[in-house]
Amino acid sequence: MSTGQTMLLALLILPAIGALFAAAMPARLDRAARVGGTAFAAATFGAALFFVPGTTTPGTGAILPWAEIDVPWAPDLSLRFHLGVDGISYPLVALTTALTMLCCAYCLWRVPDPGRGRLLVALLLVLEVGIIGVFLALDLVLFFVFFEVVLLPMYAVIAVWGGADRRRAARKFVLYTLFGSVLLLVGVFTVVSATGTADLVALTDPATRPMSSGLQLFAFVLLAVAFAVKSPLWPLHTWLPAAHTEAPTVGSVILAGVLLKMGTYGLLRVAVGVAPDAAARSAPVLGILATAAIIVGGLVCLAQTELKRLIAYSSVGHMGFVLLGVATLTTTGFQAALIGNIAHGIVTGLLFFVAGGIKDRAHTGELAQLGGLRETAPALSGVLAFAAIASLGLPGLAGFWGEAFAVFAAFERGGPLWSTLGVLAAAGAALAAAYFLRLLRRVTHGAATPAVTALTTEGRLRPGELVAWSPLVLLTLAVGIVPVLVLGYSADPVAALAEVITR
Amino acid sequence: MKADLLGLALPVVPLAAGLAGLLLRYRHRGVAAALGTGAAAVALICAVAVALRGARAPDAGIVIADFGRLSVTLGTWLDGPAGFVAVAVGVVALCVQIYSVAYLHDDDRYAPYAAQVSLFTGAMLLVVVSGDLIALLVGWEVMGICSYLLIGHDRRLPEAPRAAVKAFLVTRVGDVGFLIGIVLLGLHAGSFRIAEVFRADLPAGTVTAACVLLLAGVAGKSAQFPLHTWLPDAMAGPTPISALIHAATMVAAGVYVVARLYPLFERSGAALTVLAVMASITMLLGALAALGQDDIKRVLAWSTVSQLGYMTGGLAVGAPDAALFHLLTHAAFKALLFLAAGAVIHAVGTNLMAAMGGLRSRMPVTFWTMTAGLAALAGVPPLAGFFSKDSIIEAAWHTARGETRIPGPPVVPGSISSAFPLSATAAWLVLAAAALTVVLTAAYVVRLWRRTFLGEPRSAAARTGHEPPWAMRGPLLVLAVPTVLLGFAGLSAAFGRRLGGEHAIAEIGVFALLPLALLALGVAVAWRRDPAADLPDTALTRLLANAFYLDAVQDALVTRPVTALARLARRADETVVDGAVDATGTGATGAGALLARAHIAGLPRATGAVLGGAVVIAAAIALVVGVSW
Repeated sequence: MSTGQTMLLALLILPAIGALFAAAMPARLDRAARVGGTAFAAATFGAALFFVPGTTTPGTGAILPWAEIDVPWAPDLSLRFHLGVDGISYPLVALTTALTMLCCAYCLWRVPDPGRGRLLVALLLVLEVGIIGVFLALDLVLFFVFFEVVLLPMYAVIAVWGGADRRRAARKFVLYTLFGSVLLLVGVFTVVSATGTADLVALTDPATRPMSSGLQLFAFVLLAVAFAVKSPLWPLHTWLPAAHTEAPTVGSVILAGVLLKMGTYGLLRVAVGVAPDAAARSAPVLGILATAAIIVGGLVCLAQTELKRLIAYSSVGHMGFVLLGVATLTTTGFQAALIGNIAHGIVTGLLFFVAGGIKDRAHTGELAQLGGLRETAPALSGVLAFAAIASLGLPGLAGFWGEAFAVFAAFERGGPLWSTLGVLAAAGAALAAAYFLRLLRRVTHGAATPAVTALTTEGRLRPGELVAWSPLVLLTLAVGIVPVLVLGYSADPVAALAEVITR
Repeated sequence: MKADLLGLALPVVPLAAGLAGLLLRYRHRGVAAALGTGAAAVALICAVAVALRGARAPDAGIVIADFGRLSVTLGTWLDGPAGFVAVAVGVVALCVQIYSVAYLHDDDRYAPYAAQVSLFTGAMLLVVVSGDLIALLVGWEVMGICSYLLIGHDRRLPEAPRAAVKAFLVTRVGDVGFLIGIVLLGLHAGSFRIAEVFRADLPAGTVTAACVLLLAGVAGKSAQFPLHTWLPDAMAGPTPISALIHAATMVAAGVYVVARLYPLFERSGAALTVLAVMASITMLLGALAALGQDDIKRVLAWSTVSQLGYMTGGLAVGAPDAALFHLLTHAAFKALLFLAAGAVIHAVGTNLMAAMGGLRSRMPVTFWTMTAGLAALAGVPPLAGFFSKDSIIEAAWHTARGETRIPGPPVVPGSISSAFPLSATAAWLVLAAAALTVVLTAAYVVRLWRRTFLGEPRSAAARTGHEPPWAMRGPLLVLAVPTVLLGFAGLSAAFGRRLGGEHAIAEIGVFALLPLALLALGVAVAWRRDPAADLPDTALTRLLANAFYLDAVQDALVTRPVTALARLARRADETVVDGAVDATGTGATGAGALLARAHIAGLPRATGAVLGGAVVIAAAIALVVGVSW
């Protein structure tokens, strides 16, 4: 077994062991269990760092993995244990391991009520297994299995450690995304039964593309709707605000940071990859919905009155840019979508961390009761301002590249429809500035409200916050200044994918 | 060499210092001040070195982003104007940093303030040196966010946060166009590098569309009608910020960018006409509004709007060299004016000229430097503003009479250099507006001068006012030098060539008598009024004080509809989109309950149902399978 293959397995096995370890520890060793879990998360992150863009095997398809494992698992179900990593999935894997590590580290210092932090850490690690599995799977059925693994741990995280209305939010989350999963299941088996293979490498290779165009369209619609629920694409987004508002801080970070990316990744890799002709036919619809998400998400944010809900809705708009990039089906659009994914993971992760920090201290997320934060907690309000500015797509910070080049890709497609979408998306970016500055004006400027005045003694950043936040701040800057850090990995595979579509 | 390291150091040093400074704690004032002034000093040294070195061709740059067939590079293009503008930015930034140490001596948030000024300086220099449109956009927007942060700095002013948000949002609306313009250029030229965009054979329609879209961003940043409304409100920021950002540098960035991209603009008559109309309205609007203000900073702010109109007017009539010349002189004298106004405000404790008067004897340094600045603003010879303003007016005169041609080698080799595409009507419009504005400028300048410094003190604070500390006086004296002398550079042919022209920019002829006569007229009109008296409360003065109520128009046409739409979107999202989801949920639960109730039955009915079911199933099987008896 080559080192690449070992590392692929390590990416899944290390967090799994960590989860078992943390969950098995007795209650009195809660802290030790959290430390152990964090160590496993860090080891996973180390394993992810190990990969270097390898020399890919020459092939005709859209997926040319740097490293892969391919062994039969359940041949009767045409299920193979087929994992691989390439330039499209690698940045997402790295992001997942990094965010999970930071969330686990955050739990060392702060465990939301009702405590039992070791179980929370264990669930985060199980989530990590599922999410990494999704990004690594090169077998459709395996992809589906990992896609489902994520569901219940997230449900538990929201339902146990969440806010006041957590049960309702968790139930909505699980039922809504389960509805998406059902469509995904039907889609997957439509593809598998029509082609006789579940191998994504083969399925995305135009040389072996056996599906009729009608069947392609059917499969694409099923897959696209399934991924649209996860992403989420307007108007299938309403599970998101509820889940985010009620989820504990680490839950929100993972949910926004990486869980949503399973949807956009799936759309790009599976739906577009397997059914490119149908994707080309559906692209206008997808583009229109994505642009609607940008505008509607922005407008709703402008009228939003709760901190975490506002950030949740801003995710709808940001993922709209990502989906617009995918919908253009151009190299530029795919690149924009990928870096938009990563940037949103970093920046919104940071935003939810800060929002959690504020809610923890002020005991409210209502914008009307917050105000003057920079008077009593300058560092906290400084990080909030930084994250908000990054999230509104300021050039030079991470969020800009995905948004600007999604607009570029729309114009690159040309024609009245795509040009209009490009203009609207660009206007949506101005809307993002409007609601984020409104947020900052309410929360940081002005005179301190009673809820904010009360936190003079705890206004300083805590150690856990410094540990978890500073890497995200640095990444936001790094990706913003040198986006080629992310784009460099995906340039070749994206070009290959775009070529497959035009072939 | 791939990238010009000296050129890159210009933006990178202040940006790095700014980022580092943001991490400082509030109590580290000394470190913050050293970092801020140090970064500005290094930037100034680099800028002087770049300017002395002479113009350079664009370098290849470092690739920072790769999107399929297009990449984004961080590279420099240090042509003649870039060097001079960089020096101007460096001088003003250094003056402002030193001045701020004293001006904000009792402000506990000085450390982030100084860091944000450094960040801003770096961003502005990035705009100046960048040879790539996307990198230019990065600097452009970072300037905007620094402007936002600094306008909202003062916690004592309740209007500051609102003004900050307004400044960013109004410019951001323009930047939607700016981004799309850049996208169009990059898309059709196949590169974002400015030099390659010039080389590309772009269709005329694309050039016009891109230029007009870029002008939207320019109008936002450079406070041109109709996106000028944010600049007067931005005076809520600390006065040194007004000097640096809202007078000398950021607001001039729009002018600089148009000058930088002039080879594109001069291909599009439509874009130049838009620019000419915008400039003419802005000039007059700003000068008229300046007449109606009593807040000294707002007078200067409206004056900035008006002077920026001169610069864009110069660009529109085909004189980018004159526009850049006015940019440089204006940077000097307007920064001086704001810093001097800051000294006055520091002494009197209010922005209102009603509470000033008689400061001449108590603040001689401030008085004399500000007098020089005001005279330069009005265009009194031989101060800097006279030469630069006159060269714009003369350029408009030449273009109006059809004497201007596109300079440089012809676009199509072999053809003769073609006629300038701006129509004579538009040039006449610029000329008329510029001439009229001279009168108005003289009037508000005289009013401000006499109301602030002459007559009797009109408040207790004005009676006890005193000169500021040396850290604030020094920058005034430094800036007074170019305010007085920079104009003579316009007589030098070498200077003119460095700014992209073919000969000296200011060739003073008989025509210069026209602005002088108009200046005298304006002074004469203003001198007849009693400076101590407040403006009478008439419909006209209210109209001027409120700048033609364009804020209210903007509020009614944009702000309120968008807010209403946002509320509607939220309600629709919660009741319709999410309502459908919830209804599905309750519907399913209800249907389930109904079915469950149907299954609750007593034993006899249940037995009956089972038997009945068996009969039905049997019958169904019999029908399907077929009965053969």
